[in-house]
Amino acid sequence: MKPTLPLEEYMSPGHLACQGCGAGIAMRVTLKALGRNSIFTFPACCWTVIDGPFPYSTLEVPLLHMAFEATAATASGIKAAMKMLGRDDVIVSGWAGDGGTFDIGIQALSGAAERNEDIFYFCYDNEAYMNTGIQRSGATPYGAWTTTTPVRHFKREPKKSIDDIVAAHRVPYLATASVAYVEDLYKKIVKAKEIRGFKFIHILAPCPPGWKSKPEDSVKLARLAVQTGVFPLYEVENGIYSQSIKSPKRKPVAEYLKLQGRFKHLTVEQVAEIQKMVDDRYAELEKRFQGN
Amino acid sequence: MKKVVMGNHALSHGAQLARVQVIAAYPITPQTQVVELLSEIVANGKLKAEFIKVESEHSAMAACIGAASAGARTFTATSSQGLALMHELLHWSAAARLPIVMANINRAMAPPWSIWTDQNDSLSQRDTGWMQFYCQSNQEVLDTLIMAYKISEKVLIPSMIVLDAFSLSHTYEIVDIPDQELVDRYLPPFDYQYRLNVDDPHTFGGLTTPDWYMEFRYKMHHAVNDALPLIRQEGIEFGKLFGRAYDTVDPYRVNDAEIVLVTSGTAASTARYAVDQLRRKGKKIGNLRMRVFRPFPFADVRRYLKKAKKVIVIDRNISYGYHGIFAQEVKSALYGHSDVPVYAFIAGLGGRDIFPETIGRIVTKVEKSKKPTRDIYWVEVKE
Repeated sequence: MKPTLPLEEYMSPGHLACQGCGAGIAMRVTLKALGRNSIFTFPACCWTVIDGPFPYSTLEVPLLHMAFEATAATASGIKAAMKMLGRDDVIVSGWAGDGGTFDIGIQALSGAAERNEDIFYFCYDNEAYMNTGIQRSGATPYGAWTTTTPVRHFKREPKKSIDDIVAAHRVPYLATASVAYVEDLYKKIVKAKEIRGFKFIHILAPCPPGWKSKPEDSVKLARLAVQTGVFPLYEVENGIYSQSIKSPKRKPVAEYLKLQGRFKHLTVEQVAEIQKMVDDRYAELEKRFQGN
Repeated sequence: MKKVVMGNHALSHGAQLARVQVIAAYPITPQTQVVELLSEIVANGKLKAEFIKVESEHSAMAACIGAASAGARTFTATSSQGLALMHELLHWSAAARLPIVMANINRAMAPPWSIWTDQNDSLSQRDTGWMQFYCQSNQEVLDTLIMAYKISEKVLIPSMIVLDAFSLSHTYEIVDIPDQELVDRYLPPFDYQYRLNVDDPHTFGGLTTPDWYMEFRYKMHHAVNDALPLIRQEGIEFGKLFGRAYDTVDPYRVNDAEIVLVTSGTAASTARYAVDQLRRKGKKIGNLRMRVFRPFPFADVRRYLKKAKKVIVIDRNISYGYHGIFAQEVKSALYGHSDVPVYAFIAGLGGRDIFPETIGRIVTKVEKSKKPTRDIYWVEVKE
């Protein structure tokens, strides 16, 4: 059987990700697509820990750890230096969690997107502040339990639509991706490497401790998120939307929710409410796909 | 070439001569002319550099950190609230051992809003690990900027060039702008050994356990300390090449002085003028201008102050609940070495002028006093 991804690995074994960590898979595939000619910067996030403590590092490319809100500005600086040092060929990437992207890092993200910096910005989204112990973020979906949205006061606000926000900057490339569709993620990055300017890639990355799910269900959950329409996969290229993985017969959202302890308190009515929110959002996106 | 330039433009010319490669900045009054002129210089190709017009001061410093980590010579300029917003990344840049050079135009902190000078913005950054140079003339601003790159790139500690809002930033003075060739001879290109390099990949700043964290801080402290003799040495070297030498402190008529005024920034120029006036009246008085605040030149301060009968520190800043910040450091330097009384005066906050007469009245007050009766003396404050 012909492998669907390159066999080269740019992550050494021994990283500190939890079992079933979506963020670990996301990085592994991203590195395969980017290759060695690449520099990363991380803000505070799970990957601060996953990479390993000093003097160890699992990444086989240069990595600059940085403060929480600074990812996109730091990557802009690295890229500017690469241009000045005659290494414009080096790919510079910011790699941040959802807190570092949706919340504290959104200002620097917006600035870099508006300036159309020639960088990649990856957001691996596990839908809460998982590294600090599962606190709600702007990426936490409606209905979810977290340690700061306890069951009696579960999160009542829908997930912030970061993709709409970034797309509103009219960046040349934006894509959503899922660790269940690694070939799709790989293809998107390889394609975006050829594009000059700001490239935003938003990867849904299940988190067993935070989602209260089984480690062996992570890929299944990432797939169900796409199949139910909770996390549709698409690209936006210069304002044109196109769907990457089509789900003509979407599965009920309940199938996705029931595998996660963070949603187990929800009533049938609340699940129906979520189903409606997903349907509405999906219909809105379909219009954009058809406009293509 | 001699030109009449404002303090802010002295910074722009200095950055150009230092051949900075990446500039990242955000506008704030009274810093704007620094980056406006630099934008022109970069746009017309006189300086080959990337200028990132970021959306905040925090991002300005973040971009400088990214660029310096990748091996570029970087520059930014800010003031007051902007510097305070950078605070987190001032710790970061110094602890990452990046030789970034930044100008800070001293401006009072709000509220109430003020755009005029005082030093609480920069002095609040005392413990971040940045070196701080306080300038009294536009020439010194330009020269210090060039020297700062040399010093910072040797010890791998960032430098802050500090100048007063308006009384220097917007004041026009004759400045000798040196030839590029001469500056190139003094300041070699930045060659950063520990840069982000795809051919030799390393990780920087990762999680460090208690087994190693303290060693990083120990090395950083020694790097800042090592800068002190280097600052002196570079001041001499610079003097040989450019005809203007600099030291950590700037003594004026202190040798036989019974009263020594300790000042910094443009208040020091005023103090010199006041010293000359008072000397004409037969008073034995001198001035010690603090040029370098971090690393603090303890030995030099002792050398010039310990034989005085009285020391007056005029602080254009305040550490609430104590007194002026330079006064604290001066007292600390003298402790155990001299019993000379130190009078701590607060003057000129929020840009209130410090006139020669202001200094004259301070001196008269101290002359009449045997020893300090208060921890803090407020000058001309409406109580």
